[in-house]
Amino acid sequence: MTLKKHVKAGLSALALSIAVSLAPTATAAEDPIKVGILHSLSGTMAISESTLKDTMLMLIEKQNAAGGIEGRMLEPVVVDPASNWPLFAEKARELLAKEKVDVIFGNWTSVSRKSVLPVIEELNGLLFYPVQYEGEESSENVFYTGAAPNQQAIPAVDYLMNDIGVKRWVLAGTDYVYPRTTNKILETYLKDHGVAAADIMINYTPFGHSNWQSIVSDIKTFGSQGKKTAVVSTINGDANVPFYRELANQGLAASDIPVVAFSVGEQELSGIDTAPLVGHLAAWNYFMSVDNDANYDFIDAWVAYTGKDDAVTNDPMEAHYIGFNMYVEAVKKAGTTEVNAVKDAIIGVSVPNLTGGYATMMPNHHITKPVLIGEIQDNGQFTTVWQTPSTVAGDAWSDFLPGSKDLISDWRKPLFCGNYNVVEGTCGGKSKVAAN
Amino acid sequence: MSILRSLTQLFVVCCLSLPLLAHAQDTREEGPALLQALAEASSADKGDVISRIAKSGDERARDWLAAFADGKLSRIEDSGQFVIVLENRGRNWTVADALTGEPMGEVSRRELDTIRINNALRRELDSILSVIDLTVNNAERRLEAARALRGRVDAALSKRLAELLPDESDDRVRTVLQDALAIYRLEQGDITAVAPLSGSLNSEVRAALTSAARSDDPKLVAAANDALASIEQKLKFNRAAETLYFGLSLGSVLVLAAIGLAITFGVMGVINMAHGELIMLGAYTTWGMQQLLPGQPGLALVLSIPAGFLVSALAGVAIERSVIQFLKGRPLETLLATFGVSLILQQLVRTVISPLNRTVITPEWMSGSVMINEALSLTLNRLYVLGFALVVFAGLMLIMRKTRLGLEVRAVTQNRAMARSMGIKATRVDIMTFALGSGVAGLAGVALSQLTNVGPNLGQNYIIDSFMVVVFGGVGSLWGTLVAGLSLGTINQLLEPWAGAVLAKIVVLVFIILFIQKRPRGLFPQKGRAAEG
Repeated sequence: MTLKKHVKAGLSALALSIAVSLAPTATAAEDPIKVGILHSLSGTMAISESTLKDTMLMLIEKQNAAGGIEGRMLEPVVVDPASNWPLFAEKARELLAKEKVDVIFGNWTSVSRKSVLPVIEELNGLLFYPVQYEGEESSENVFYTGAAPNQQAIPAVDYLMNDIGVKRWVLAGTDYVYPRTTNKILETYLKDHGVAAADIMINYTPFGHSNWQSIVSDIKTFGSQGKKTAVVSTINGDANVPFYRELANQGLAASDIPVVAFSVGEQELSGIDTAPLVGHLAAWNYFMSVDNDANYDFIDAWVAYTGKDDAVTNDPMEAHYIGFNMYVEAVKKAGTTEVNAVKDAIIGVSVPNLTGGYATMMPNHHITKPVLIGEIQDNGQFTTVWQTPSTVAGDAWSDFLPGSKDLISDWRKPLFCGNYNVVEGTCGGKSKVAAN
Repeated sequence: MSILRSLTQLFVVCCLSLPLLAHAQDTREEGPALLQALAEASSADKGDVISRIAKSGDERARDWLAAFADGKLSRIEDSGQFVIVLENRGRNWTVADALTGEPMGEVSRRELDTIRINNALRRELDSILSVIDLTVNNAERRLEAARALRGRVDAALSKRLAELLPDESDDRVRTVLQDALAIYRLEQGDITAVAPLSGSLNSEVRAALTSAARSDDPKLVAAANDALASIEQKLKFNRAAETLYFGLSLGSVLVLAAIGLAITFGVMGVINMAHGELIMLGAYTTWGMQQLLPGQPGLALVLSIPAGFLVSALAGVAIERSVIQFLKGRPLETLLATFGVSLILQQLVRTVISPLNRTVITPEWMSGSVMINEALSLTLNRLYVLGFALVVFAGLMLIMRKTRLGLEVRAVTQNRAMARSMGIKATRVDIMTFALGSGVAGLAGVALSQLTNVGPNLGQNYIIDSFMVVVFGGVGSLWGTLVAGLSLGTINQLLEPWAGAVLAKIVVLVFIILFIQKRPRGLFPQKGRAAEG
């Protein structure tokens, strides 16, 4: 413990000397920039979130090796909310009020994000959220670097409808907010495109569901009606493995009924024998297999950092990579880490993503992303089969839900509103307006 | 004379070999050109190139197409050389030259350009590869190829199949090919195709009949509907059998998870919240065994059965000695303490091994399914687990009824003080019983590793279900656990198709609450004075 303190003191002394010598004009150069990392390291979500913590530590280490931000070193503050949703709010408060961090990178599940949202808004913090989510939210303090439904679900359905010729749809999901909202959007979208209600089957299962026999059998029956059928899966995390296993055991191959998943990435695949899944699909904004030098460099750095030759990268990691670089650029642009200045500066910032393009922060605090459809290969990787011709800007409020189709979000002045109704011309005020 | 003869010989040799040579030269030239075309074609044009490759007659064509279908046909960026990827794990891939087949060692992933494929192309390729496979000598492969073609026949393919049909020697392959052709004829609106298809349980046949029933020709619609009605009759029976199988297999999982608890909770009266983690340890033992014996997942799985039992039994003894023995007769404290133990074990696995799930490989003989008929097939992994659960149950019954240990356990359970005064070492019996119950949990873990994720949360998902089964069956009764597990599984699977998975679970829970109100001691209540007290 004391050794750690010494090292820390040494580091900040080093940072100080470098900072002083490089940027004598910087006013607060002696303080490091504190970066809060709010990811579960224990409990059920540790499986997904612990790698994001390591990603952040790696990015911070790299930035510090390159001289920090304008000479100021970055100091990570790691806390463990232990997959416990109320604890997320407590830990966020601890980070902002006690540790006085300048920015937080964190959260995975939507419910944990909803839990920290009031705290972040009350204490005027900054949160970068790296996971694909259901949309229908816009906060002036949160930056959504993961995909909104129009950056993942809708393009995937378009691909199935136009390229594969799917006529019958199974929307299968885990029973919580993200799948329910996404499926509601998709249902409306499909009906708008002339799909009859009888050709849509919706199914929800509990978290960690492991007995898929009768559901897979139902899907099989549903798919044997002479029309091309596909499964759109918002099944979360662990439950996917027995689902795919049952599909393979009951002889449903990808060429008969393809499954397109929104929550199955390289990391989930590393925990299963992928041979029976070959050809099933996933929609993401990044694949580890993308043939791009920036991506190869990132993978090499990650392998070196973890020391594991078989370490995999995935979409939320790329989201943190983008989010972190955007924050760095925004601080440089604003010349300070002061929250309101960074918030204003970050809109319009563009940084390279790992798929060979650029990501731009939009006024609604979502970013532009390419949408990739990939097929699972037997080595646990995806091969890209389809890609949007250009990047797609994230839409905070879905155009396919009756309550939100007239809403837009724009955090630039003078509008400065998270849910502006373009028909009525009013700001809904559901979201908190800046305290200052 | 001799000169003339040798000249004639030369002439004959030339004549015979020239076409051969020319043919060989053709393919040598065409191979690279075809691959080049495949690599450079857009997704839409690739199908055309594929059929050109298939028609080229090159003996390597099948390998190329199969590699392409697997996404393993690549090109080296700098040299433009075509290679087939043999091993594509990690950052360096082992490749072989696509044209000569010579191994070329490892090449960095950065250097390789994989030739893109998608599902539509893969479907097309499947048909082409199946047609090639229809001419091989192996009847099983021909059968598989014929099955794959059913429902995918188009005009060109139907001609080819009609040619192949008279030469086919295997009856099963013939039947499947005839079905495939009949489906094609039905798709063309041929009403005579309905008769040979009626009575088939195959899903492709049903799909074809369903679309025929939607056609404009009223005669065809009537014939198709008749055929469908007779198929539906047969299907009903099969569906019922399938649901029963699903129910029993879910039930067997519940029985396996709960039966260890039936001993520790039911017989000893210890509320062991760490029971789920003992299951988890068994599953991790399977993973560990597979790591120790790479390449032999089947053997590792078999060896995991005793190993998983031992590991969990030892962990159980450790828990009993360090925590439970000091809390005898204080159920609330035991509950809290063992809950703590369960959290410690979970985090231990997370810290020592990894928070990520581990891959447990399903051996070849446990994947896939046994086909009873076209509409009913039983998945093999669940069939094995069902059998395993029954074997474990029978073994436990034997131990409890026929061995000294079983006798002593029953004696201590019924009247501890009396048993001790008869010279039974109650403490030793406690340890042995707890070890037995924990070991059985380990066995459950070995079985579950084949059905679900092996990760730190494995146990948590089963602890509630296990208690539910034990309480429903009647605390202390092994038979009760068996009957309760199997019946709860079946009820759940009966409800699931129309209520959905979430509601089915709730309905089962409500049912148990009501049942416990009526019969607080469960299905098979313990009898006698000890139980009353």
